[in-house]
Amino acid sequence: MQQQDNDEPLVTIRDLTFRRDGRVIFDGVDLDIRRGRVTAIMGPSGTGKTTLLRLVGGQLRPERGSIRFEGEEITRAGRGRLYELRKRMGMLFQNGALLTDMNVYDNVAFPLREHTDLPEAMIRDLVLMKLEAVGLRGARRLMPSQLSGGMARRVALARAIALDPDMILYDEPFTGQDPISMGVLVRLIRTLNESLGLTSVLVSHDIAEAASISDYIYLLAGGRVVAQGTADELYESDSQWAQQFLKGLPDGPVPFHYPAPDYAGDLLAGGEGREAAA
Amino acid sequence: MLDLLQNLGRRGLGVFERLGRASLLLVQILSGLHTLLPRPRLVIQQVFSVGVLSLVIIVVSGTFVGMVLGLQGYNTLVDFGAEESLGVVVALSLVRELGPVVTALLFAGRAGSALTAEIGLMKATEQLSALEMMAVDPVRRVLAPRFIAGFISMPLLAAIFSAVGVLGGYFVGVGLLGVDEGAYWSQMQDKVDLYDDVYNGVIKSLAFGWVATWIAVFEGHDAVPTSEGVSRATTRTVVYTSLAVLGLDFVLTALMFGD
Amino acid sequence: MMSTRTTEIWVGVFVAAGLAALFMLAMKVSNLSALNEEDGFTIEARFEDASGLKVRSPVTMAGVRIGRVVAIEFDKQSLQAVVRMRIDRRYDTLPADSSASIYTAGLLGEKYVGLEPGAGADECEEAALEAELEGRAPEPCEGGTRVLRDGSRIKITQGSLVLEKLIARFVSQFLEGGGKKEAAQ
Repeated sequence: MQQQDNDEPLVTIRDLTFRRDGRVIFDGVDLDIRRGRVTAIMGPSGTGKTTLLRLVGGQLRPERGSIRFEGEEITRAGRGRLYELRKRMGMLFQNGALLTDMNVYDNVAFPLREHTDLPEAMIRDLVLMKLEAVGLRGARRLMPSQLSGGMARRVALARAIALDPDMILYDEPFTGQDPISMGVLVRLIRTLNESLGLTSVLVSHDIAEAASISDYIYLLAGGRVVAQGTADELYESDSQWAQQFLKGLPDGPVPFHYPAPDYAGDLLAGGEGREAAA
Repeated sequence: MLDLLQNLGRRGLGVFERLGRASLLLVQILSGLHTLLPRPRLVIQQVFSVGVLSLVIIVVSGTFVGMVLGLQGYNTLVDFGAEESLGVVVALSLVRELGPVVTALLFAGRAGSALTAEIGLMKATEQLSALEMMAVDPVRRVLAPRFIAGFISMPLLAAIFSAVGVLGGYFVGVGLLGVDEGAYWSQMQDKVDLYDDVYNGVIKSLAFGWVATWIAVFEGHDAVPTSEGVSRATTRTVVYTSLAVLGLDFVLTALMFGD
Repeated sequence: MMSTRTTEIWVGVFVAAGLAALFMLAMKVSNLSALNEEDGFTIEARFEDASGLKVRSPVTMAGVRIGRVVAIEFDKQSLQAVVRMRIDRRYDTLPADSSASIYTAGLLGEKYVGLEPGAGADECEEAALEAELEGRAPEPCEGGTRVLRDGSRIKITQGSLVLEKLIARFVSQFLEGGGKKEAAQ
């Protein structure tokens, strides 16, 4: 659908297959993450959206298929190379995942101190710049335990952009946020993407928020891409998946009932004791 | 019957699987140690939380164990008119056995469980994953300094335990029960051997430090990343460390003193 | 959160306390200060019976520890126990004709080797006394074979006294003529 866009995507995923504990999570997924865009990956809970981010970050290895970052195959990258590539990716975890034994300032300074030999004065400047960008320069002496969930995510965002990565992966950034901090995060993701020239990948099931800031949306269900396009295209599409998910219908391609034997037969079978024994 | 066998087999495999993972983790930790050389501060920080914070419990228990040894030893020895040997009894029990073993058991309860809980929580709150995604190896940055700190702290703690215990025995034996002060010290010096007793005690506590921190760090790293998983892992650390320390103590004692 | 400096000071205190405790165990509790074992010379003695004696048992003279047993072997020719002892270097004027006996410290104590000076010591002292009387500087009394040196062997020895043997001997004397079967038992 974005064929007119002739520049190479930053990340291309082809025929991705991944299985965990015998359960198929992905079954031949094809995805493109385009440069400078915000791409949202949406789907019902349990479709392995977070797993997808971990696959892109190289923390998990797929069973089959390829994930290329700027043409470089992540699935076969050695450890050292993977670590080099990760310096160019930032990842925002669901609850921020700040290091609990250091304060906000040290958390943001952490990647700089680990990966650069910059003098402390310059690190200070960089950290304050990043914290200013997320509006938390004044909170730099606080410990992570003193932050609200939204603030922790903003600090984590500052930490994720500390090394000026090419791409940021957001794992469910809106979950459990009040409307105000949700609004703040939505705006931050968009403005950071513009101002820093980032590429953003957003994993979420908050339709309205994700749709409002993404340039392109992939809808995952049952281990496959079931619909894709811009937000408007999806709203107008006749895909049952898209309709059920976007409108929040209780029943549809994703059934209301967990697979079970016939209801009447199940009731008539009786035998509570046997159930408990099993 | 078949179920039972299957169950046994699965459990056996599980044990080997965990042992294998633990060994691989140990190799990873050891191969990452050199990265700590230019950054001693990471280790110092951990020696603080593993060693210094265990100091109070070690000193208090050491004093009491020494005092009990003094009391019990005196009551037994006085029947043979050999209460002059009290110093020997107290010092040998402490230096050879109680110092390293009790220290390791207390260490498992105080520092080992804390290590497991800390690492397990870091895993549950995705801090370890976050480190990986920041291209920082959590094994080198988080586990290795803790392992080394435990290895360093254990013999120091055991030595403090023994020294304080000898003083505790002195307090009870000489101060309260009237054993001759000169006899207490001179008999002790006469019978306690630097190589056979003190060095072997230090070697024991080094081995215990190794095993205790290895178990603590592994259980934390291997914990199921939920609150329940972390609390189970913490319990396992204390149980496994205690068993491992007591078992290892027998083996080491047999090797050292069993000639 | 404690500052890095405080943490470092505490760790320093901890390490210092640990090392001090180790030092105390080495100097005050054990016998490091008593003797430096590496520094000395080895002598040997043959005993009819060295039971109860162990490697590292003390070697004393006049009740003062002057060395330790370093090896106990069995000589298959003489059928005797060969005991090697390392004597501190400071005591290099022990007379060559000293005798060695294995004693027990107290009723139930450990075995140790006691050395008793032979006549050589007196000769030595006499020589020194003479020298003093004549106004000469006393000659060091270690020439010839008159003092124990590295590799020397003590000739006069008395082995362990085994309680059962003593009792058996006593009983056999006591029951002289009273039936040898019971005496043997």
